[in-house]
Amino acid sequence: MTATLSDDPRLEAQRGGLAGVAALYRRRISQGDLGQLPVLIGLAIIWVVFWWATNGNFFKPENLVNLALQMAAIGTIAIGVVFVLLLGEIDLTVGIVSGLCAAIMAVLNVKMGIPGPIAVLAGTLAGTAIGVFHGFWITRFGIPSFVVTLAGLIGWAGAILIVLGDTGTVNIRDPFITGLAGTFFKGISAWILAALFILYFAGTGYVGRRRRLAAGLIAETWSLLIVRVVVVALAVVIAVTALTQERGVPLSLVILVGLVVLMDYVAKRTRFGRMVYAVGGNAEAARRAGIPVSLVRVVVFALASSFAAFGGILNASYLLAVYQASGSGNDLLNAIASAVIGGTSLFGGRGTVWAALLGILVIQSIANGMFLLSLDQSIKQVITGLVLLVAVTIDALARRGKAAT
Amino acid sequence: MRGGGLEPPPSHVREEQMTVGATVPLLQMEGVSKRFGAVQALTDVRFEVRPHEVMGLVGDNGAGKSTLIKSIAGIHPIDEGTIRWQGQAVTIRSPHDSTALGIATVYQDLALCDNLDVVGNLFLGRETSTAGGGLAVLDEVSMERRSVEVLRRLSVKIPSVRTAVASLSGGQRQSVAVARSVLWENKVVLLDEPTAALGVAQTREVLDLVKRLRDEGHGVVIISHNLADVFEVADRVTVLRLGRWVGTYEISKVGREQLVALMTGAVPGESVQGSAEEAQA
Repeated sequence: MTATLSDDPRLEAQRGGLAGVAALYRRRISQGDLGQLPVLIGLAIIWVVFWWATNGNFFKPENLVNLALQMAAIGTIAIGVVFVLLLGEIDLTVGIVSGLCAAIMAVLNVKMGIPGPIAVLAGTLAGTAIGVFHGFWITRFGIPSFVVTLAGLIGWAGAILIVLGDTGTVNIRDPFITGLAGTFFKGISAWILAALFILYFAGTGYVGRRRRLAAGLIAETWSLLIVRVVVVALAVVIAVTALTQERGVPLSLVILVGLVVLMDYVAKRTRFGRMVYAVGGNAEAARRAGIPVSLVRVVVFALASSFAAFGGILNASYLLAVYQASGSGNDLLNAIASAVIGGTSLFGGRGTVWAALLGILVIQSIANGMFLLSLDQSIKQVITGLVLLVAVTIDALARRGKAAT
Repeated sequence: MRGGGLEPPPSHVREEQMTVGATVPLLQMEGVSKRFGAVQALTDVRFEVRPHEVMGLVGDNGAGKSTLIKSIAGIHPIDEGTIRWQGQAVTIRSPHDSTALGIATVYQDLALCDNLDVVGNLFLGRETSTAGGGLAVLDEVSMERRSVEVLRRLSVKIPSVRTAVASLSGGQRQSVAVARSVLWENKVVLLDEPTAALGVAQTREVLDLVKRLRDEGHGVVIISHNLADVFEVADRVTVLRLGRWVGTYEISKVGREQLVALMTGAVPGESVQGSAEEAQA
């Protein structure tokens, strides 16, 4: 027993070179810690199938730019959903709140003549206020978040109709607001952004490694660090190359990736993030450890609604309008599905913000590919549902394997 | 051997306080009473734990062990009686008071977050960070280094401090919970049934850990139903019965049958004599 106990699994990567890296991942997988592997494999399968089925149209630069544009709104909403799921709670209002806050933003700008940037800020802050209200109601009265946000789902849908008034549809022409989804980076500016992202990724890995070594702790080997950086850099370079062959890298995609990087940092590296994981893992233990559990819950619901609001604004910018039906379609389900496909547990405490980016890539790739194939809406929904089911099942099976060891 | 033939073993509480004056108890409670509505949970209980000592706390169900532990932990503040901390009279009205004195409690449920790794659990709620506030950036490197230090010091064997607590064995989980209690300069550690759900090897792990805490100078209070554990690690044992103090005995001078007899009331113990003496004094 002691022989295996003192055997540090991470030491395997120390054993040198790529063989050590391979051994590390083999071991992790055998322990049921699949990480992002199922999502990546699933994504690869989906892409190959659509590449074949659409005669390569799926990977045409024009379609990839569309895919990027379609991802931004739901992806942003999914960031907030990840935080709510980490708590082990649910927020059913993210779709409808995205529509409501986009409507508030549109009405402020178009009907009341308030400048674009201020309208966007006001719309987002309206989301924050809604989230605080949800969080307060859930924590103060101890009502399950499912019920409070179910009430919200119905109530805020009415609020959209009130905000939009008689016109029903508000078209947006403000250059700032339409620019959120209508701005593209091409040429040197796109490559500078790509370089910054790769540098950030490599830099945090390098600095972290140096600090750990300086403290006498086991650190990632050079080979593992280099493999990670090269893989990410390749993905970024390929994506930017493809996108810049057409309109360019959409600003909304840059915003999405920027928000993911920021919120991933908040979740993993800050005290607040640790509190979220702790409350989601064992709320009673967190309370006894002095963590302000109710406050954490309120802040997370405020975050979720804020991200929902901003996602709705990105969507309005992409569609150039806000309708009475904005946010009431599949947005809610797609946002939650993105988070869950990315490996975020519905029972709290497990998941990452990065994974939501992979999740939305899966969801939107399916939607986009099926659109190219002109499949019927009924088929689309069935397939999307099946993919979600498979993703969650793989996760559940992997977790069972982990518990058994 | 039946209880009827037993003499109450000699108590060492008062004598030793006279002779070993140098060792001031870390925690000393006298005349402690606690009532929940109509139920008198504790009546005139005395209790103490010294540095470098493991004090067992035994008694049958309903003897008041948990109530006494919870009163020390500040969850159930006492109604009457005095509490001294290193000789100074103190009051414990809340868990915060107890923690502030340097008393750590490890409950049976351990209060661990399964999804967090060992480092995350050791520092739960007290993370080391670059600055105050919620958005302060965690100093993972220094937390991990301190975690490795404390686990090595206590000879706790776990695969890696970055392992999620969910994948640890029961003994390892208990060890992590105990290690957390001594990470913060606590002088007294209260352990509520630390071996209740553990197998043989894991029980050994935890009992060894308890001995190491004593060797480091902590005062350890261990509640256990398992008298074998008490006999193995405790230096002294306090017996409660029906909310009353029966006696406090050197473990080397009390037999298992005697202890059982004291717990069940087959022999009267000393509370009667003790109160008689006090009445005379």
